[in-house]
Order: sequence, then structure tokens, then C-alpha cells
Amino acid sequence: MLASCLAATTIAVLVLSALLISIAIEGTSALSWSFLTSFASRKASQAGILAPLMGSVWVCAICAIVAIPVGIATAIYLEEYARRSRLKSLIQLNISNLSGVPSIVYGILALVAFVRFFGIRSNDDPLTFGSPESFMYLQIPFGPSVIAGGLTLSLVVLPIMIIASQEALRSVPQSLRQAALALGSTQWQVVWHVTLPAALPTIMTGAILSMSRAIGEAAPLLVIGGFLLVFQTPTNLMSDFTVLPLQIYNWAGRPQAEFHKIAAAAIIVQLVVLLAFNSIAIVIRQKLQRPLQS
Amino acid sequence: MKPTKNFLTARFHSLNAFTKISASTALAITFSILVAANQDAPANLATMKGAIRIDGSSTVYPITEAVSEEFSKVAPKVNVTVGISGTGGGFKRFCVGETAISDASRPITPSEVALAATNKVEFIEIPIAYDALSIVVNPKNDWMKSVTIAQLKKIYSAGGPKTWKEIDPSWPDRTMKIYSPGTDSGTFDYFKEAVVGKEGKVRSDMSVSEDDNVLVLGVSGDQDAIGFFGMAYFEENKDKLRAVPVVGSAGSPVAPQASTVNDGTYPLSRPLFIYVNAKSAGKPEVVAFVDFYMNKADALVSEVGYVMLPTDILAKSSANWKARKVGTQFVKDGNKVDGSFSKIYK
Repeated sequence: MLASCLAATTIAVLVLSALLISIAIEGTSALSWSFLTSFASRKASQAGILAPLMGSVWVCAICAIVAIPVGIATAIYLEEYARRSRLKSLIQLNISNLSGVPSIVYGILALVAFVRFFGIRSNDDPLTFGSPESFMYLQIPFGPSVIAGGLTLSLVVLPIMIIASQEALRSVPQSLRQAALALGSTQWQVVWHVTLPAALPTIMTGAILSMSRAIGEAAPLLVIGGFLLVFQTPTNLMSDFTVLPLQIYNWAGRPQAEFHKIAAAAIIVQLVVLLAFNSIAIVIRQKLQRPLQS
Repeated sequence: MKPTKNFLTARFHSLNAFTKISASTALAITFSILVAANQDAPANLATMKGAIRIDGSSTVYPITEAVSEEFSKVAPKVNVTVGISGTGGGFKRFCVGETAISDASRPITPSEVALAATNKVEFIEIPIAYDALSIVVNPKNDWMKSVTIAQLKKIYSAGGPKTWKEIDPSWPDRTMKIYSPGTDSGTFDYFKEAVVGKEGKVRSDMSVSEDDNVLVLGVSGDQDAIGFFGMAYFEENKDKLRAVPVVGSAGSPVAPQASTVNDGTYPLSRPLFIYVNAKSAGKPEVVAFVDFYMNKADALVSEVGYVMLPTDILAKSSANWKARKVGTQFVKDGNKVDGSFSKIYK
């Protein structure tokens, strides 16, 4: 039994390290400061990833701002407030199902809902709020903009976020809640001062998982906009964008070997960004984690 | 916009008659100066702002990619974005007003014109280059010296043969690997009409992709593969592919190249277009971009591997752009106009 488990682990680690090593060998030569600070080009030697890098950062930030609070709030409702009822089990069933839905399906939904607003108003003649100078500039329908991209990704990761937060809340000992209630706390005080702080470190793990999923998604973003060539970093919510996975997909699909090299370099950057995201979350978790008994 | 306007009008009505007149005169003068300044001064590209969304054909993509890269060097604050959804996919977005410019490797179709009309989208049609649709095989393929349109029809028709031998007895008895652009692609539409025929059906047992690079990879990796796409993708990958000369109307095989497109002997040559949303054509950044496109097309079209339009057609297309002539010349009364491009386009 032990031998087979060990073998399985070894295979996984070997495959992963082979993948990483081959990417490192192919990509490191193309990595340079100018690769990080220049825009796309038809010549591989001049191409850079500034636009997709900043696009990924913007889209993931919007996704985090939307998905994390909504996910936690939904989990609190389902775990702490909702009574056992048919409605609750229906919602629960749907969330579990949604977490398994292929992300491209969310892309189609987002295309209709966010990009085109169900066709209620034409993209040719949008409702406009604010000026393009401000970062809060908004047009309805959103069109294939960073805000549409961020909201799309938040749809993709919401089920994961909700389920992870629910697990975290469920793992808080019932005795803590009862103690707080016995002291006369209201239901909300219990949630805010006792349950949520105790569950937060585990919730952050869920947030790490969801954001890692979001930053790696290409398919739903390809459906809503799918711009491959972008020459500016986003400046406001309505900016057009591209993301790292889309750029990697485009470069890796080209027949010329030089483009495969810069695709590998972009993969390295993507991994670094992913690690940065994760380490931020780990730091937050470490800071928040307090032993239950003190 | 609305509240400001109402606010201004309200204030304006409360003024007395004299101030009103002088104010309107002053306004009119300022306005005309502004307009004149706008028309006379060459648009300052370096400080120009805005966004231009482009999507559509992967055949036209290399030209648009090159043009937008060069454009963003002179106008760094204009956000040009380019996607590859195929001609059909690009028109689906263009005709609802999502994109400002659509790349197309065939003229717009009657159903797309209708979709644009229901969404009140008007457009300007601009031919930009000629393409020689290239039939490509693997360099290891030493049997297919040339191909006739009839043979191509046989290869790509539904229920067509499986092996090379079934097309020509002197060819090897091995299974063909057939590659084709996807059905959202203008190249597919053109090929279907020019080779398989309007009534015919294209076979479904082949590998398809909207991205021509995927087809290049497929054909370059398999000795028994055959595919077709725009000339730029062949030129870019000459070391990995071989273009098969196509037997023309004169009865002799013709290779896809600039000279054979220009003299009209290559049987599968076709025009490439960009379509510009008429409303977007009112924005200075879009005007600057299209002007830039037409000025630079000369050098960039041949750089990426396509063929420059002859001067008479080029003159017509730039005149049509200058006049902002809306609509298409390839659809009339809801029907497709038949005939050769150079005869139809005015």
C-alpha cells in the first residue's frame, strides 16, 4: 500500500518537474526586463507581455473584490442563518453542481449578461457614466472590458469560494458559538466576532484556490472578448484587455520556434505571478491565525 | 451628457435677449474656430486617446497585426486591440456594434448585412489586399506536383476519397490527412464556393481550426497532410510547407505568388477587406488608424506575404473611404452579387 502511494507521488512529482524544467530551459533565455515592459509584436524578438500581465492583474483584482466578499457572505447565510429547508438544499445542490460546470459555459453566460446586457441596449450606443480619464469610467453594456472579464471570472470561482468558506465555517467548534450566545450576543455578533475570525484562515485558503483558478482561465475570456493583441495596459474599468493564458495560447500555437520560446517565458512569468498571489494569501493567513485556546 | 445639456438650456433661457444674441454669436464663433482647428490641424497622434476594437479573419490578421503594431508606436495612447474570431465570428460581433473594425477574407453576406441593419450598424467597406489562397502539403510529399480544381473538389467534397491513390492512380496508397479552416472562417466560405461549388457539401471528416497557425502545425507535421489558407501563412512558414501549383484556366499549373495574382492567372486569388463601423469612423482615433492602415498597407501587405491591390482598385477604395461611402457592393436587395471582384467593386 505504502509502495503504491509512494509510486503515485513520485510519478506526479517527476511529471511536474519534467514540465517545469523543460519550460525553464526553453523560456529563461527569452526572459528579460524588456520582455516584461514591452507590448506584443509580430517579431518574436521584440514581443513583450506588459499588456497581458497588467490585464491579468486587473481582471484578477476585480474578480477577487467581487468573488471573495460575495462568496463569504453566501457561506455565512447558508451555514449560520438558513434553516434546514427545501430551498436551502436546492441552493446547496446547485452550488455543488456549478463548481463542476466547465468554465466556457460561464463565458457564454457572461457574453450575454455582461458584454451585451441581454441586447437591451446596443454596444454601439452605450449608457456612459464618468469620463474615460477616471478609473471608475463605466459604460453599459460593458462590452469586452476588464470589468466584464473580472465579473466573468468571479462567476467561475464563486462556487469554489462558497464551498471552501462553508467548510471553514463548519469546522468552527459549535461550543464557541454557544459560549458567545450564552453571553448574550446576537446572531450577527456571534458571526462577526467569533465564527468568522476563527474560520478566516481556512477561508483564505479557499480564496487562494479560487484566485489560482481565476488567473489560469483562458476559455471564458476567449468567449467574451478574446483580444490577442493589445498595445496598452488597462487604465479604467472599460479598458480592453488580454490576459497571460490567452497570450501564451496564442504564442504557443504559432508555428515559429521563436514564439514557443517567448511562450515558455510567459509561462514562467505566469507561475511567478501565481506564486506571488499565493504567498500574499499565506502571509495574510499566518497573520490572522490565532490558536483557539489562549 | 443629458443633465448638463438641460442645465445649460435652462440657464440660457433665463438670460435677457441681448445677452442671448451676443452669447450665441460668441458661441457660434468659438464653435466654428474649434471645428476649423479640428479639420485643418493634422491630428496629433502622439497625444491622441481612445480605443479601437478589431476582430475577425485570421487571414487578414497578419496585416492588421503589423499595422496596429506600427500605429501604436506613433499613437501610443490609442488602445488598439485585435482578436481572431474568423471572418464570420468577427462579423457576429461587428454587426451588433461590439467592434469598430472587422477583418474579413470575403465580402459581407446578406444575412450579416441584415443583422447589421436590425442593430442600426452602418459600415464602410474597404478592400485592402489580394490573397492567393494557397494549397499546401508537407515538403516530404513528392507526388503532388500540381493539382486541378476538379481534384481539389474531389478531396474536399463530402464522401470524398480516403487515400491519395483514389485521386490519381500514380499517387501512394496511403490515407490523406485533410486540414481546413473552420466554418466561421472566410477562407472556408471562399474555398467552398470556388472549389466545391454552391450546391456541394464539404466533407466533415477533416481537422478544422479557425486559427491558421494550427493548420500550419498540422500540415508541417504529417507527410500525408493537405490543407489550405492565406498566402501569408505559407510565406511565413516556407521552410515547413510546400505550396502546390494549381492548374489554371490556361491548363498549366500556376504557383501562388504576387506576379500570378496580378496577371490574374492564379485561379484561387481573392480580395481581403476591412469593414469600418460608420459611427466609429466619426472618431478621430479611428479615422487616424484607417488612414494609417491605407497609407502603410503598401509596405506592410507585401511584408507579411500578401499582394498589393492594383492602383485603379486602390484609388477606388481610398475614394470610397474618403467619401465615407456606407454599405456593401456585394449584396443587392438581400442577395449576393455574383461575378469577379474587379468587375463588381466601384
